[in-house]
Amino acid sequence: MKVHRAARMERCIGCHACSLACARLVHKTISWNASGIRIKSSGGVTSGYQAVLCLACDPPPCAAACPTGAMTPRKSGGGVLHKRSVCIRCGKCAAACPVGAIALDDQQAPYVCIHCGRCIEFCPHGCLELFDAEEKRPLCQEACHVPPVAE
Amino acid sequence: MSPLSPNSFDRTACFRVLVVDLAARRGDVVILDGRDQVMGGSGLAALLYQKYGLPGEPAFHPGQPLIFAIGPLTGAFPLMSKTVCGFKSPYVENYAESHAGGRSALSLRFAGYDALVITGRAAAPAAVVLGSRTLQVVDVHYLWGADIFTAGKLLRKIVPGNSGHRSILRIGPAGENRQAYACINVDTYRHFGRLGAGAVMGAKNLKGVVIHGDADLPFPENKNYTKLFADIHSKATATDMMEKYHNLGTPVNVLPLNELKSLPWRNLQATADPDAGKISGEEFADKLLMSNAACSGCPVGCIHVGMLREMFSDKHRFYIRQVPYDHEPNFACGSMLGVTDPKEILALIDAADRQGLDAISAGVALAWATEAMQKGLVTPETALTTLAFGEPEGYKTALYHLGHMTNDFYAALGRGAGYAAAQYGGGDFACVLGQEMAGYATGETYFVSQTIGFRHSHLDTGAYSFDQKNKDQDIEATLKFLLDDERERVLLNNLVSCLFARGVYKPALIAEALDCLGFSTLAHTLDETSETVRNLRWKLKIQTGFDPATTRIPKRFSEIVTWKGAVDADYMERLRTAYAQKIIALAGENAPAAGT
Repeated sequence: MKVHRAARMERCIGCHACSLACARLVHKTISWNASGIRIKSSGGVTSGYQAVLCLACDPPPCAAACPTGAMTPRKSGGGVLHKRSVCIRCGKCAAACPVGAIALDDQQAPYVCIHCGRCIEFCPHGCLELFDAEEKRPLCQEACHVPPVAE
Repeated sequence: MSPLSPNSFDRTACFRVLVVDLAARRGDVVILDGRDQVMGGSGLAALLYQKYGLPGEPAFHPGQPLIFAIGPLTGAFPLMSKTVCGFKSPYVENYAESHAGGRSALSLRFAGYDALVITGRAAAPAAVVLGSRTLQVVDVHYLWGADIFTAGKLLRKIVPGNSGHRSILRIGPAGENRQAYACINVDTYRHFGRLGAGAVMGAKNLKGVVIHGDADLPFPENKNYTKLFADIHSKATATDMMEKYHNLGTPVNVLPLNELKSLPWRNLQATADPDAGKISGEEFADKLLMSNAACSGCPVGCIHVGMLREMFSDKHRFYIRQVPYDHEPNFACGSMLGVTDPKEILALIDAADRQGLDAISAGVALAWATEAMQKGLVTPETALTTLAFGEPEGYKTALYHLGHMTNDFYAALGRGAGYAAAQYGGGDFACVLGQEMAGYATGETYFVSQTIGFRHSHLDTGAYSFDQKNKDQDIEATLKFLLDDERERVLLNNLVSCLFARGVYKPALIAEALDCLGFSTLAHTLDETSETVRNLRWKLKIQTGFDPATTRIPKRFSEIVTWKGAVDADYMERLRTAYAQKIIALAGENAPAAGT
């Protein structure tokens, strides 16, 4: 399994190409919000950019909070799969996510990163990366200079 | 983020416009015909001024509309990242446009509108807040007097939510005081810079506009959409087509312009100087560039942000300021003022930005004031400081006074160097070409172009580039270039594409993108639409008081030397007269009638 990490956000220029790519390619819409990755600025553009996306919790609290089994843990590596046909749009998954990575539209339909990596090729500065979950790569960003954990 | 219903109206035929009346504190959503005639952006702004404008009334009349318009491809394709602001300019008292990026274009698109029109005057200082399901006119009387950065910070608290997916437009003291070249700041680093849109906001008692981009656009039915998007994205990032814009940025022009004797120095008393190397694009990039930023929907990231570190106490206390720079503000706050320390140039841009002043006009106006002080026309007592080329402290003081319109001198200077010169003398050396000049002393074609051009901007045509390649004095060939180039730029202004993307978005690609989104008629009528909009824009400008024939180019511009030799005043005047006649003809009988 692959895990998506916003590994080098210090390089982000705030172009939103990743969000727009996810909306376009995964969710078949043109949107900033209906996307598994969303670029935020906290306190204006001078403060830099933060990627809001699924951190592949294992086990994922959003799946635990889902009352209908619409949000289920992936087989390995963390993260979830969302099955729209059985989702009752209660919003409990989004409320349970500790980092606000699940967006709800006004029908309460959730949008969460599925770790497909389709956004990555649209990032002009290589901020984003897909890792093998087995690498257990830490969340540290580029500036941390922490090498990958070797098993 | 509700999907905007594709069936509520046909967006390939109509525009969806929000018209907000500040006095009534409410708005109307208007579905407007005309997509196939004016396309969007610049054309839509002109159409809306035609519908809502008061051509015979002054710029500060409460009923004058302040218009923000985007284009048919905005949000759906890369680099369609700009917004057109249409308004009656208090600087020239005729219809004008200014363009800005930031998040403004995508925010407006995802809020569900092709344009926002603001009319009326609020009873007390107000902010307009809009989104796909939001419209509020909020009382912000306590923000009146706040500088640009404070206003931005407080508006983020006052109107929370949608961080990263909203655009915050605001004015500073200069706009509140209706200084004629007050700008509208967009998302801190971008500006509706020229010709005084910020003063129009001030006259409306409108401190800020917050646009939440919180809805979705329907996905195009055309199966080629994702492939076409990827192709264009690739062109804009994987090739060297845009390299100069994101590497050194526009300051890359400094050394070549100086080499060509085309860089204005010390109020255009010279066109080259050995100190150019100190303020080159390379110097800024190597020593001060802190980060790049992008307008939403543009992967190029041409916004260059410099880091200004200044010690405010001798106990080694520092503050850090992040200042966006480009060639034009660098020239106006740098070579034009004889300032050759890049840190001081950033400090002056920051001081102009903080007040909400157009940094280009402010710098060039202060250059005139400096020469006027040298010649004894203006005294330090009048200017409340000493202005001297190369000495930034006086300029920082003056920028504060310009923003706050402290006395009669700054009230006059805030109306432009030309106006101030009419009061104090020194009109021959007021570097005004419609408005204060931009940073290209390339020769006769450029001076004529900026004087008569629709926006009085270096971006109306590529005349600055034409001058650098053509020495011949061929009026017919030059006119052909000016007219053809303007029409091509009008097409991009209708979209509203970043003009840096003109190498990517050639007409065939534009047609393909339009067709892909269902704008099939527009895709086949690019030239006709551009011509219609060009004529409409000129008709409005002339109807609101502009007379190309009576424009003039101050004497200073014929006193300089470029790589072509001494500027030929006689040729320049013949070119100006001929170009004026062409423009008058464009707005003539065959043009669409304004007001109909």
